[in-house]
Amino acid sequence: MFDFFLTFIPRAIIQGTPLLYGSTGETLTEKSGNLNLGIPGIMYVGAISGVIGAFYYESSLPGPEAFNGALAVAITLGANLLGSLLMGLLYCFLTVTLRANQNVTGLAMTTFGVGFGNFFGGSLIKLSGNEMPYLALNRTSLAFRTPMPGASTTGWFGQLFLSYGFLAYLAVILSLVAAFVLKRTRVGLHLRAVGENPATADAAGINVNRYKYAATCIGSVIAGLGGLYYVMDYASGIWSNNAFGDRGWLAIALVIFTIWRPNRGILSAYLFGGLYILHMYIPTGTDLAVKELYKMAPYVVTIVVLIISSIRNNREKQPPASLGLSYFREER
Amino acid sequence: MANKVKEPLIHITRRDAIPWYKSWGYRAGAVLLSMAVCALITVLTTGENPLSVFGTIFDASFSTQRRTWVVFQNLAMLLCVSLAVVPAFRMRFWNLGGEGQILAGALATTACMICLRDALPNGVMIPVSLLCSIAAGALWGFLPAFFKAKWGTNETLFTLMMNYIAIQLVSFFIIVWEMPKGAGQIGIINQSTEIGWLPAVAGQKYLLNIIIVSVLTVLMFIYMNYSKQGYEIAVVGESVRTARYVGIKVERVIIRTMVLSGALCGLAGFLLVSGTDHTLTTSLAGGRGFTAVMVAWLAKFNPIWMILTSFLLVFLDKGASDISTNFGLNRSFSDILTGVILFFIIGSEFFINYRISFRHSAKKEEEKHV
Repeated sequence: MFDFFLTFIPRAIIQGTPLLYGSTGETLTEKSGNLNLGIPGIMYVGAISGVIGAFYYESSLPGPEAFNGALAVAITLGANLLGSLLMGLLYCFLTVTLRANQNVTGLAMTTFGVGFGNFFGGSLIKLSGNEMPYLALNRTSLAFRTPMPGASTTGWFGQLFLSYGFLAYLAVILSLVAAFVLKRTRVGLHLRAVGENPATADAAGINVNRYKYAATCIGSVIAGLGGLYYVMDYASGIWSNNAFGDRGWLAIALVIFTIWRPNRGILSAYLFGGLYILHMYIPTGTDLAVKELYKMAPYVVTIVVLIISSIRNNREKQPPASLGLSYFREER
Repeated sequence: MANKVKEPLIHITRRDAIPWYKSWGYRAGAVLLSMAVCALITVLTTGENPLSVFGTIFDASFSTQRRTWVVFQNLAMLLCVSLAVVPAFRMRFWNLGGEGQILAGALATTACMICLRDALPNGVMIPVSLLCSIAAGALWGFLPAFFKAKWGTNETLFTLMMNYIAIQLVSFFIIVWEMPKGAGQIGIINQSTEIGWLPAVAGQKYLLNIIIVSVLTVLMFIYMNYSKQGYEIAVVGESVRTARYVGIKVERVIIRTMVLSGALCGLAGFLLVSGTDHTLTTSLAGGRGFTAVMVAWLAKFNPIWMILTSFLLVFLDKGASDISTNFGLNRSFSDILTGVILFFIIGSEFFINYRISFRHSAKKEEEKHV
């Protein structure tokens, strides 16, 4: 039994980490009153931007011995941040500056982002001359997956807590920082004010648009890291089109599950990660059909949580009051 | 006393209503601009000259009769789903579950075609599977609406999650009914007997679907604009409090409208399985549930304008996918182009709703007043 948990929990954590990034990013965004349904697209763009960076770095090398792990990580991260930042800026420009409808903009961004990812993914696969429909970036991925020191020498402790790449720890740190900033700092207070009632915040001298831009762009960058983690760590540096699947939507659902608290997101994301892979651990014998039913678990749980949290209708547990509305000063 | 006040460079004010030809002029301008950007992207990635790119886009839809039929079939299906989501959006109910509702309808149709093929003659089979698919779609719409009406459960995510539940249910049944065993797909259902297939009208397999959707469009236009229920939907959408005040039972309107919305999506599923595809896959809905949101929103929820917007999206999608095959790009290229066009159209709404005046023009106005 203990052995089972020793294999199951690390896998759930690895599954849950992209969701954690996505939900932390989306929570920050939603706290500013922007409901960004473009997160799935942003995660795709973030992932493929990182892959493009890594691909060009790896293919620019004269030989395998010239590979520098730190440089590869830096280039990949840089490309990743740039890609998701641009997507965040686009979303802000359309919804904050041009005050477009947030849901429609978000859906268009998801269409665009997934297409962008698959298009450049497909083109890179062609460029690399690989006959299989995927692109492998083993060396960069190895650099991302380097476990913490002592992972292999400390037995079960190392396996449970030290065996992940640095991005998995960064996800936890970022969500703790986000929780702290939102709850304990003046910046966080202002941000929450913007999300709850932008007109009041504006009257109090807070620059509403600046907060919306900043929160949404930082949120996109964090979400984009989730896409990168998925490719470089979970998928071991192998990009294949559409592999990321519906995780972006689950990350958005997770925000409600965590009632807009990034620190709660950590365990919830791992729980969702566990639900996501549960079907592999339930013995069904040769009956493949039933497995498809078990794959429903994360979605059913999300719906149940949605219903329960709305029935309890606690004042503390509500979305930001102006979520999904754009703000125009001259219109009250 | 010159009291110097710093005046911002750009001043934005809300416009009053502008005539429809002007607002559509702005949108047409946005589409043209986005086409130019798309052409630029295509030229940069393929190195072809822009005229041949536009030629390819046009040929994709109109070079042969068969292609034109396919375009109209796709147009009809997208329009059907868009018609389904319109009442919900008018009510400010974000039904992102079109995908799942279509699949629920399609699954019900498939179930009828497979389980009842030995029991029912074709004349009974079609109405039975039609009713089942409408009921299944309506159920998929009813669940989120019920919880929304009762407890205000967030419908955006509820409907989204219902999509995945429908997808998993479909993949479960695909394995149960797979033909032959182990193939992982159902294949063409009742290929030899054609039981449960919609008949081809005037020798055209797509014509019946197109006629049905055309009738639906007119009906939906009347329902939204000239019926009591349509008016109730509009009032609930504008202000729930006003609706309560004038005695509209908001909960009932929400549930009724979403059942209608789901039922029409279910009908779209029926038309897809029984009318054209004759098989069931998890990608049957093909993203129409999401595209429909944009079609409806771009047309400002007017069913007649929606013919135009859904035609635009189908036409561009066909064109972009032909560009990608002709020039050896991958299929997702069309998603990028669609995204770019949507961004432009979304952005153009700003110029329809707001007026931008620069600092110097404001000064000139002042001089005029003096």
